[in-house]
Amino acid sequence: MATKKLAFIIRSLPYKTEASRLALTHAIASQTVEIYLEEGDNIEPVVCFIGDGVLNCLKSQQAMKHYGITSLEQHMKNSLLLDLKVMICKEDVDRFGLKEDHLIMDAEDVGGETKAQLVPYSEIQKVMEEVDHLQFF
Amino acid sequence: MGKLTIGCFSSLVGSVSLDFGVKLAEAAVKKGHEVDFWVSSNATMLSKKGQKAFKDYSHLAKTLTELFATGKFKAVVCEACAEARGYHKDDTMEGWGRRSMDWYLASTFSADRVLLIGGD
Repeated sequence: MATKKLAFIIRSLPYKTEASRLALTHAIASQTVEIYLEEGDNIEPVVCFIGDGVLNCLKSQQAMKHYGITSLEQHMKNSLLLDLKVMICKEDVDRFGLKEDHLIMDAEDVGGETKAQLVPYSEIQKVMEEVDHLQFF
Repeated sequence: MGKLTIGCFSSLVGSVSLDFGVKLAEAAVKKGHEVDFWVSSNATMLSKKGQKAFKDYSHLAKTLTELFATGKFKAVVCEACAEARGYHKDDTMEGWGRRSMDWYLASTFSADRVLLIGGD
């Protein structure tokens, strides 16, 4: 019985490429990973937004309205709904002149209880050192 | 010997990132390691059968066929990513599996190393 920790570090801008969407959809896929594993084994994803990647966390995204596709906001809320650990780098948020109010910090409107964490980069660095595998998107 | 899980998102044509991934897999298999090779997003193009070799474009089908023959190389394509691009089961090159993203995560569980090669 073991749990492997997998970090999804998102540095890419939303919508410019598919990268941040892929990070979130792959992280969310951890919910069904057990069908491939021995009983008791599991994967624990951690999603971290750093650099330009923090712009994925902006509220009120209109991707469905303008492009007819799901927004990164919806994927982020699904992640929180599924109790995934989501961390957002505070220094990078500050750098863009953003405040916590501008960001998707919870998924209460869809029934989620887990909240995203706005943390200093040092905490994200600690996560990167702790996980079994690290992936940059 | 170890197990390497490689995830690729980059397209077959347009950059050589996917070439790098396949070459790395080939080198690892030659050393006796096992490789799980996951493609999603634009990298799903790699699983499309009927690719023709032109000198101006990357051509990895022959290398993949050789890798499949070793028995140490497993390649799986993200089914949803492939379907979204019009690559259906019937269009898939022999040897490939088609699964959802949880297969990739499960592969990382037993991997000694995981390498993600991003896309465009």
